[in-house]
Amino acid sequence: MSDTDGLLKIDKLHKRFRLSSDGWFGAKGQVVNAINDVSLEITKGESFCLVGESGCGKSTLARTVMGLETTSAGSIHYMGERIDNMSDAARLPYRQRMQMIFQNPYASLNPRMTISQTLEEPLRFHRPDLSDTQVRDKVVEVMESVGNNTSWLSRFPHEFSGGQRQRISIARALMVDPEFVVADEPISALDVSIQAQVLNVMMDARDHRDLTYLFITHDLSVVEHFGTRVAVMYLGVVCELAETKTLFASPRHPYTQLLLSAIPKMDGSEMTHDRMHGEVPSAMNLPTGCVFHGRCPHAKDVCKTDIPTLRQVAGRQVACHFAEDTG
Amino acid sequence: MALLEIKNLEVQFPLGRKTLQAIHGLSFDLDKGERLGIVGESGAGKSVAAFSILKLIARPGRISGGEVIFDGQDLALLSQEEMRHIRGNRISMIFQDPMMTLNPVLTVGTQMTECLKAHRDISDSDAKRIAIDKLAEVKIPSPQERFGNYPHQLSGGMRQRVVIAIALLTDPAVIIADEPTTALDVTIQAEIMGLMLDLCRDHGVALMLITHDLAVVSQVTQKICVLYAGRLAEQGPTRTLIAAPKHPYTRGLVKALPQQNVPGTRLYQIPGSMPTLDDVPPGCAFNPRCSFADDRCRREVPEPRQIGTHLVACHHAETVAAA
Ligand SMILES: Nc1ncnc2c1ncn2[C@@H]1O[C@H](COP(=O)(O)OP(=O)(O)OP(=O)(O)O)[C@@H](O)[C@H]1O
Ligand SMILES: Nc1ncnc2c1ncn2[C@@H]1O[C@H](COP(=O)(O)OP(=O)(O)OP(=O)(O)O)[C@@H](O)[C@H]1O
Ligand SMILES: [Mg+2]
Ligand SMILES: [Mg+2]
Repeated sequence: MSDTDGLLKIDKLHKRFRLSSDGWFGAKGQVVNAINDVSLEITKGESFCLVGESGCGKSTLARTVMGLETTSAGSIHYMGERIDNMSDAARLPYRQRMQMIFQNPYASLNPRMTISQTLEEPLRFHRPDLSDTQVRDKVVEVMESVGNNTSWLSRFPHEFSGGQRQRISIARALMVDPEFVVADEPISALDVSIQAQVLNVMMDARDHRDLTYLFITHDLSVVEHFGTRVAVMYLGVVCELAETKTLFASPRHPYTQLLLSAIPKMDGSEMTHDRMHGEVPSAMNLPTGCVFHGRCPHAKDVCKTDIPTLRQVAGRQVACHFAEDTG
Repeated sequence: MALLEIKNLEVQFPLGRKTLQAIHGLSFDLDKGERLGIVGESGAGKSVAAFSILKLIARPGRISGGEVIFDGQDLALLSQEEMRHIRGNRISMIFQDPMMTLNPVLTVGTQMTECLKAHRDISDSDAKRIAIDKLAEVKIPSPQERFGNYPHQLSGGMRQRVVIAIALLTDPAVIIADEPTTALDVTIQAEIMGLMLDLCRDHGVALMLITHDLAVVSQVTQKICVLYAGRLAEQGPTRTLIAAPKHPYTRGLVKALPQQNVPGTRLYQIPGSMPTLDDVPPGCAFNPRCSFADDRCRREVPEPRQIGTHLVACHHAETVAAA
C-alpha cells in the first residue's frame, strides 16, 4: 500500500484503564488492558470492519482514533499527520473530517435539543458560511437520504424508538460531509428492513462521496455484505486480518472459526451452542501467551507461554502459532 | 388459562392537538414456559407494548384501552405498591436502553444487591454471592472485580449483560427482553440465549423476546407476533411463520435478510417506509408499500383472521400465501 492511499494508520496502540480505588472490592491498582499492541492501516474508500467479542476493545479503539480517549502507548496517523497527541486547536479540522456514530443511540442525542437543532448544530459550527436556508435544506436532504421522516424535526429524542434514534445519529454524522466515518454498531438496533436501507445509504455514500468507514459490528452477515477488509479482535489484540471474502471463505484463527460457526441460522433449527467452561478470560487479568488459549481446541504448551504475533499465512494475517494447521 | 394475557391493548401519546395511537387493539398471550418473539420494523410499537404490560408508559402517554392479565389478576386494578412487587420480581424486564436499568453513579454490585434486598429477605453476603454468580452466568469476565465497577467502566455489551443478570436475580416467572443481545457478538449471544432457553425449559419461565433479529427469534421462540404500525400483522408458530409467511410485510422482512442477498450488492428493501404515527394511511397501514394492495386495502383496515395456524391481518392473505 502506497503512502498516498493510507488514510488511517494505527501503530502499536496500547490503551489501559486504571480503575479508581473506591470500588466495593477494594479495586486498588486494578488495570484493564483494553488494547494491547494493535497495528492497523485503513485505505481510502475502504469499509474496514472490526468484529470481536463483547469487551474486546472495539469501542475503545474507535474512541481513541476519534481523540475521545488518550492513548497509553503507540501512535495514530491520519493522512500522514500524527493526530493522537494533537492540541485541541490543531485537532479541530479533524472533528469535521472524521465523524463518529456512537454505540448507544439513547445516550448520544441531547435530550433537550429538538432533532433539527441536533442536526443543525455541527453544520453551523463547521460551516458558518452557510445561510439558514442552506442549513435547513441540508438537514432535509440528509434526513431523507437515511429514510427519516422530516416531520420528526421539531420533536425531541425521547419521542423516538431506539432504531429511530439510531437513524437520527447517522444523519447527524453525515451532516458535515465527513471523509471518514467511525461507526460503532450503527445498525445493531435496527430491524432488517431499515438495516438494509441504512446499509444501502452508507454504501452509496461510500461510492459517491468517497467516504471511508471504520465499521464496528457484531453482525457477521453485515460484514460479509458491506466490508472490504475485516479485523477480528479478541481481548485487546487483532487475531486475524483479511479481505472479507478470504476471511469468510476460510477463517484461519480458531477464534474466527468459532465466531463464524456461531452465526444463528435460519434453517428452522433450535439454538445449539457449545457452552463456555470455566472462567471467562479477562482484560483485568490477561492470560499469558496467546489470549485465546484457554478456549482454543488446538492449544499446545507454547500457546500458554508465547504471544503469537500477526504474520502472513494463506493470503491474510493471523496471530496463531498453528495457523498453518488450522485451515 | 395463560400466564400473561394481553387483550385489545390501546396506547396513545398526545402530541400538540393531535393524539398519536402507538398500539391498536393488540392481543396475544403467553403460557408458562412459553417463548414468544415480537418482531417488526423500528417504531412498530414493540417497546411500547412491553412498557404497557408493566404500566411504564410515561405521561402524557397512556393505556387507553384493553387489559393486561397476569396470573389471573388484571394489572390495571393494582396499586403502584402492588405493581412494584410484580415488576422486577415476578415479571422482569430487560430494557432496550441499559441505562433505564442502570444508575450511572452506583456500582454494579450496589445495584444488584439492592435489587435483591428489595424483594427478598437476604443477608448482604448472600446477596453479594448471588450477584457475582449471576454475573458469571452471563459471562462477565472477572465477575468479582466487575462487581465493584461503575456502568461507564464497562463495554456496551457488558452493560447489556449486567442488565440481563439483574433481570434474572429474582427468579421471575416472566422475562420481557427488549432487544437483549443487540450489543453482543454471536458467541456471547449464544451463551445468553442458551441461558434463557434453559430457564424456560427447566424452570417454566415464560419469555417475551423482542428483537429485530429474525435468525435469533427463529432459533429461540415457539411463536412470533409481527407488528406493523402498532397493529398485529401476523402471528403464528415460528417455523411456519418464517418458512411460509402469509402477510406481505412478513414476506418482505424475510427477503431483506442479508443472508438472502448476494454479498456486495444492494440489499432487497421493502419499498417505502413505515408511516409515522401522525400520518398512517387509511385502510391497511401497509398498503402504500404492498404489491398486493387494491382499493379495499386503501379503504378497510384488515382485522386479524385465522388462516390455518396463523392469525393474519391482510385482505389478501390467501393470495400471498399461494404466491
Ligand atoms: N414518549 C413518547 N412520545 C411520543 N411518541 C412516542 C413515545 N414513545 C414512543 N413513541 C412512538 O411510538 C412508536 C412506537 O415506539 P416503540 O419504541 O414501541 O418502537 P419499537 O417497535 O420498539 O422500535 P425499535 O425497534 O426502534 O425499538 C414510535 O413511532 C415512537 O415514535
Ligand atoms: N472508561 C473506562 N474505564 C475503565 N474501563 C473501561 C472504560 N472504557 C472501557 N473500559 C474497559 O475496556 C475494555 C474494552 O471495552 P470496549 O468498550 O472497548 O469493548 P467493546 O469491544 O466495544 O465491547 P462491546 O462489543 O461490548 O461494546 C472492557 O474491559 C471495558 O470494561
Ligand atoms: Mg463497544
Ligand atoms: Mg424498541
